[in-house]
Amino acid sequence: MPQPFETFKGFGVTFRHIFQKPITQEYPEYKRPVYPRFRGRHRLWRHENGLEKCVGCSLCAAACPADCIRVVAAENTSENRVSAGERYARIYEINLSRCIFCGYCELACPFDAITLGNEFELSEYSRDDQIYTKDMLLAEPIKKVPVADPDLYDTPIPYYRTYS
Amino acid sequence: MTEPWWISLIKSFVVINLVMVAFAYTTLLERKLLGRMQLRYGPNRAGPYGLLQPIADLIKLIRKEAFYPTNALDLPYILAPVVSMFTALAAFSVIPFGAGWHIWRYPVTGQIVNVPIGLILIFALGSIGIYGFIVGGWASESKYSLLGSMRTCAQLVSYEVSLALSVLGVVLMAGSLSLVDIVHGQHGWFFHWYFIPQFVGLACFFFGGIAETSRAPFDLPEADTELVAGYHTEYSGMRWGLFQTAEYINMITLSALMVTLFFGGWHGPWAPLGPLWFLLKLFLVVSTFIWLKATLPRLRYDQLMRFGWKVLLPVATINAVVTAALVVAL
Repeated sequence: MPQPFETFKGFGVTFRHIFQKPITQEYPEYKRPVYPRFRGRHRLWRHENGLEKCVGCSLCAAACPADCIRVVAAENTSENRVSAGERYARIYEINLSRCIFCGYCELACPFDAITLGNEFELSEYSRDDQIYTKDMLLAEPIKKVPVADPDLYDTPIPYYRTYS
Repeated sequence: MTEPWWISLIKSFVVINLVMVAFAYTTLLERKLLGRMQLRYGPNRAGPYGLLQPIADLIKLIRKEAFYPTNALDLPYILAPVVSMFTALAAFSVIPFGAGWHIWRYPVTGQIVNVPIGLILIFALGSIGIYGFIVGGWASESKYSLLGSMRTCAQLVSYEVSLALSVLGVVLMAGSLSLVDIVHGQHGWFFHWYFIPQFVGLACFFFGGIAETSRAPFDLPEADTELVAGYHTEYSGMRWGLFQTAEYINMITLSALMVTLFFGGWHGPWAPLGPLWFLLKLFLVVSTFIWLKATLPRLRYDQLMRFGWKVLLPVATINAVVTAALVVAL
């Protein structure tokens, strides 16, 4: 059933919208704060005394459904003590072009050594640059991502995010 | 004294370039206006206010690989966009955009050529342009392209009849097929323009024109959101760009024709500004096309055909007959 008057109402709506301010959030200039529990790029953590939390157990690699984590463990010695446990991760690599950001690695980790941070600007010009090594994961992220106030959301931050 | 041939040459050079620039900025205007009507900004990255966006698009299209299906028929495949583009540009040559001037001791007319059958020439060129669409889809050797070109062909042929019939009223009132004479017939302020006595013809021309240039809500030849692109499925790069250019220039030409036939061409309410009035009216008509695109949803195919044959054609015919009777009687 044709409804000519409704159609003309539609013309009015589109015409009025020309004079309204667009609701676009223009991305590179304005970055919308991510949710506090947003799953972005991984971080590896250290204890307060500077030792790495990761003990090279490879549980994260086992839990990873995308198979993007590679861990090669080595023994800690008294001269070269890297982590708090018996062993440490000599090589710890995450291939972020494979990662699906599911967060299973941080759930699998018995020491909360790996968590998912908030960075999401992960574009590179080369696939090789998508492989993050241990040094990159341990370092403070270069890009700061605005994070929304956690009090605005009624879901609690999981303990492995707040703890240390 | 008629103008020497080289003035026509210069004029056609200038007009072709102006039409190309107008096309480029029509795309920008469309994207901006559509954006604002949907509460977004539209392109605003390339240059201030996105003013360089058409140039960026052009560079992108030229640098893009011109994909070429192995089975395509070489000559028609390459020629099809060229034909569409050529006819689209050629049709603009008979549109009068000014009163004519005297520059130094040479008379310069307000159109490239004054053809006594200008209106028929435009429709003829438009019909040849359809061959570009049909042949392009057929030469791609792809079933989707073929179906798309059949869809396009059916729509354009159906609506061309109503389009040609809808201008008959104006032709009868002006007593001429020459666009220059038709504009002269509308000399004066807007109550002399033909859109008042010919409002039915205007409506038919408008709807037929939207369908003929395959723009929303009659954009079934392309129908991006629900179908494969149509006749230009297998085209990419600047060949696709030529099809797109032809489509937009057809829209500009049709808007110019509408301004010429119904809105007094280059006549303005006061100040004899000629081409500026023409451009202003052209801008308004093109904006209306875009406004329509932003508002109306696409018709279904059977609705399109029913509207074309059962509504538009009878109304256009009755309009022509009534106008003829009145012109004879008065």
